[in-house]
Amino acid sequence: MIDWQYSESIESPDIVSIKKKYTNYIGGKFVEPKSKKYINTISPSTEELLSKVPLSNEKDINSAVKSAKEGLEVWSKLTPNQRSRYLFKIARLIQERSREFAVLESLDGGKPIKESRDFDLPQVAANFFYFAGWADKLDLSWATKSLKPYGVVGQIIPWNFPLLMLAWKIAPALATGNTVVLKPAETTPLTALLFAEICEQAGLPPGVVNIVTGDGSTGSLIVNHKDINKIAFTGSTQVGKLIQKSLAGRDVGLTLELGGKAANIVYEDAAIDQAVEGVVNGIFFNQGHVCCAGSRLLLQESIHDEFVKKLEKRMQSLRVGNPLDKNTDIGAINSKEQLDKITGLVNEGVEDGGELFQTECELPGNGFWFRPTLFTNVQPSYSIAREEIFGPVLTTLTFRTPEEAVEIANNTEYGLSAGVWTEKGSKILWTADRLEAGVVWANTFNKFDPSSPFGGYKESGFGREGGRHGLLSYLKASS
Amino acid sequence: MKNIKTHGTSIEWSNVLEMVHESRIDSVGLNERVNSLATRSIKKDSKLEALNMIVSMCDLTTLEGEDTEGKISQMVAKAIKPNPLDNSVPSVAAVCVYPSLVHIAKEKVQHSNVKVAAVSSYFPSGQVPMESKLLDTKYAIDSGADEIDIVINRKAFLEGDYRKVYDEIVALKEVCQDVHLKTILEVGDLKTYENIRKASLISLAAGSDFIKTSTGKLSVGSSRHACYVMLKSVLDFESKIGIKAGIKVAGGIRDAKDAIRYLVMINEEMGSDWLSPELFRFGASSLLDDVLKQIKKLKTGAYQAGYYFPRG
Repeated sequence: MIDWQYSESIESPDIVSIKKKYTNYIGGKFVEPKSKKYINTISPSTEELLSKVPLSNEKDINSAVKSAKEGLEVWSKLTPNQRSRYLFKIARLIQERSREFAVLESLDGGKPIKESRDFDLPQVAANFFYFAGWADKLDLSWATKSLKPYGVVGQIIPWNFPLLMLAWKIAPALATGNTVVLKPAETTPLTALLFAEICEQAGLPPGVVNIVTGDGSTGSLIVNHKDINKIAFTGSTQVGKLIQKSLAGRDVGLTLELGGKAANIVYEDAAIDQAVEGVVNGIFFNQGHVCCAGSRLLLQESIHDEFVKKLEKRMQSLRVGNPLDKNTDIGAINSKEQLDKITGLVNEGVEDGGELFQTECELPGNGFWFRPTLFTNVQPSYSIAREEIFGPVLTTLTFRTPEEAVEIANNTEYGLSAGVWTEKGSKILWTADRLEAGVVWANTFNKFDPSSPFGGYKESGFGREGGRHGLLSYLKASS
Repeated sequence: MKNIKTHGTSIEWSNVLEMVHESRIDSVGLNERVNSLATRSIKKDSKLEALNMIVSMCDLTTLEGEDTEGKISQMVAKAIKPNPLDNSVPSVAAVCVYPSLVHIAKEKVQHSNVKVAAVSSYFPSGQVPMESKLLDTKYAIDSGADEIDIVINRKAFLEGDYRKVYDEIVALKEVCQDVHLKTILEVGDLKTYENIRKASLISLAAGSDFIKTSTGKLSVGSSRHACYVMLKSVLDFESKIGIKAGIKVAGGIRDAKDAIRYLVMINEEMGSDWLSPELFRFGASSLLDDVLKQIKKLKTGAYQAGYYFPRG
């Protein structure tokens, strides 16, 4: 019997050169922030300083919005076909430089290279290709010609899929003829700034894409700017509510993609081994930093013990460590703040009476890490069953009948996604019909395609991203 | 390698039926998992360790009408010392031959650890009466075979007569007694994952020590996907019955890269208990040379031509 350990297989970080300091990208130029202030961005897997990026203030945002307005003059006069060609060019350039982007994404955000390489980057390129295709076919998208772009769109994106969320936001906005001011998350600004180089390389007219970095205060300046015509936000429900309050009474469009606490329902007649895989993928993908993560496992009582046994065994084979190691399954938690939040909620779960299982893996000394975690013996009233943990923590609940499964699944303020596992087709349809969730996956989880609309029910937000529906988020009826 | 223990017990038919009826597999999810395991990057020391493991797990095989005493002698010599210039390379696990050649192979392996396996029960088709299968197997055992590779009755299986498939294996296992029994499912004939799982469970329940993917005589041989179905069956069988059975993959595994992917799957799904020739085997003829080349490459940085390695 041999204990076979895999040797390190590190993706070289040399492919990407990280500058000591970055600037904003406004009006087609890389400009120093008028605030003269910067914030640090670190690698969450080592806590080492990667770079400094602008902490933009009111003057910076004014100048970004102004240039987006000027950009709109040029962008709106191009033919749809010309806009389409720019987007195709961006898509191709991203594909060409995808290794560089993947490494930078893993360094700055902590996600495993196998995910940034095999999921994030292919999806980013696919989104630009997809919306490039729509740009000159908008007349075919809805049976009306009275839809017009909003104009200048402010976009604020989260840290879990930094470049992919940028693609979800920028590609449809540009395809529909808007110009944008985009703010990446405070902890993961680097790939957005590298994307600015792509815009330059593609020869995109000045002002069409403006990228400004900063913290929450910068985001709030964008939201409250008088010349912004629409806000698209992805992030926490708490911030989403604040944004909606700020925009009340103003003629500004809004789409929100917020939190989730998705139920992954496993019926006793599911293909159990594949359901285990799907549940693992549903919660441990991207360290569980996924708004549509399958964070509540709903197990039919008759299979509970067998399923949990298989699940724990499978979790034990998850490899936690250096995000740049090609064999890493789970990387670093994105920030100290997030790690503290996860730790706090897990402690609460234990105090409430949940039974805790964590895998026995060695964690690196520096950086932010959390072991893959499973709670059993959880009641629907526990905070770990209600609050979004946004980490590698799975909570198990049980049910007796399909009716009860649906009731528990819908017993949440969120409604972003859900999963159903059974080999019986009619049961899939019966369940999916009754789930209040924007996306319902059947016998799979966390599958995305640019052509498929994504968005929430209830406090998970409104508006759809992706697909033909995603175009509507950037078009409004003109009188 | 210590002597392989055989469990030699068959499970009541009613229990077999219950297990067989629980064969639900989602092929999309299964393919996704198997393909994702294939992206593991095995380098440096871990690769060398894997390559040596593969050699030690090989059943070096020749199963041709043209096999002669001379051919068997060559192969056995290679099985004992796969690379005469590098003593760190282990012997293979076994040589695998037709029953009529067992006595020659047995004579040549003599003092080495290499076992002699014989294919019997009218490999590869198995389309003869049961009496002939028993005779074929008895002949191989009397000639000194340490291990017996039989084929399941695919005719009976595809006709839905699972009981017959089971009874035949039980009868053959009775002939084998302590001789190690590997049962070939011929996954290329069974086609679906559900069939592979059912055949796996039937074979295990009937007392097989190993289940094996293929005869190597069809154009569709082993696949990592079929192996995954089989390993899940072995694990479920262990968890229900408490007996650890082995897996042999054979047919179409020609390069080290593919073989390493099998090992990764065994390692991550089954754990280190199965990383041993006692519970995992490769049936192969051309695989061994590629593994030897890769070992040389890792140690010297250079690929060597085939003529540097002795013929088997």
